[in-house]
Amino acid sequence: MSDNTRQMNSARREFLSKAGATAGAVAVAPGVFLTAPAAAKPADEKVSDDKRWGLLIDTGKCANGCDACVSACENENGWGGNDNSEKQSSEEQRAQWIRKVQLKEKATGHVSALPLMCQHCETPPCVDVCPTGASFRRVDGIVLVDKHICIGCRYCMMACPYKARSFIHEDLTDQKPWTPRGKGTVESCTLCVHRVDEGGTPACVEACKAENHNAMFFGDLYDENSEISQQLEQHGGKQIRADLGLNTGVRYRGI
Amino acid sequence: MSQSTLFSRVVGILTSLLLMMPLASSADEEGHRLPFSDLVLTEPTRHFSDTQECVEPEDEMKRNHMNYILHQRDETMYKGIRTRQYALEECINCHAVKGEDGEYIRVEDPRHFCASCHTYASVNIDCFQCHADIPVRESTLQQSQSADSQHPAQAAYAGNHGGKIQ
Repeated sequence: MSDNTRQMNSARREFLSKAGATAGAVAVAPGVFLTAPAAAKPADEKVSDDKRWGLLIDTGKCANGCDACVSACENENGWGGNDNSEKQSSEEQRAQWIRKVQLKEKATGHVSALPLMCQHCETPPCVDVCPTGASFRRVDGIVLVDKHICIGCRYCMMACPYKARSFIHEDLTDQKPWTPRGKGTVESCTLCVHRVDEGGTPACVEACKAENHNAMFFGDLYDENSEISQQLEQHGGKQIRADLGLNTGVRYRGI
Repeated sequence: MSQSTLFSRVVGILTSLLLMMPLASSADEEGHRLPFSDLVLTEPTRHFSDTQECVEPEDEMKRNHMNYILHQRDETMYKGIRTRQYALEECINCHAVKGEDGEYIRVEDPRHFCASCHTYASVNIDCFQCHADIPVRESTLQQSQSADSQHPAQAAYAGNHGGKIQ
């Protein structure tokens, strides 16, 4: 290949990747699509509903007794852990953004473990019941609490079928600047929104990869070429309590 | 001395005191001393640019800093806009004050930059019930300014996550 051709190719690639970043996928010929790798959005750009962030959890790979995802979340977001500042609260009262749950099938005795956290529903019951509008779903599918207007009524905690939310009962200190948390407000998994906005992946997914379990996948559910969409297409993924029709962003395989 | 003479003298003294006050406060302004208080507004660790001290002109910041923070808050919360110029974290990174022991002063102490004015003005702020009142990670504002001629608000913020607070 001559130098000229290479230059042309790289220019063409650059053009395509730029076009891809705006359009998601580019049709180079009928039925053939090129997709740019997911790039971090510029800091001043709004999130858009072209994306819907989701998680896929393969319970077959999720190791019994491993809680790397839980401790990674604790470290990242500053809840739980040894230096827990919720000293007055009981074990049940303390914040729990993500928990490992063991399921035992009675008929066969088969035990499987899975991490359970906010399922980032498309129609979240917590948002339905919130009297102040503090509980909201961001356009890219991440369900959050605006603690500035949360009055701590805890209706959302009662409405959530996944027990995903926690209420903070006491004054906290030394919160992380990227995860403000405080007394009198409800909180839950944010899908590590501060990382996602920079093009990163949630701390739990990273920790699972680091442990070489690879049981968690994070990505854009609307992008048919993303790893998560392809995994879902090939092997499927169930919702927990699919009967509620919430269309959760977190899917499980092997339950 | 009759009562009316005493009264007029007192009024006279008070009036002259009042007249002198603007002079006194303008002299103190050099050191950013708060009027009627021993508290001094501390200098930030650095300036926004060679020509501008803070992210907006100082007078504008004194009056309207809350509006910039409030606006940024909603932009970040709902739209995921994570520019650094008006981020509360960057206010803290620049304006945090260290005590004699070399440790950062927490917001409960009136020497904390935000607390100094707010204690004085009796304006109660809730920001630090949830937000960090001392610097935790390196500022990314300066970097993004010097990287190129790009407006700082447009520069991506690349924080170092997972760092534990000591």
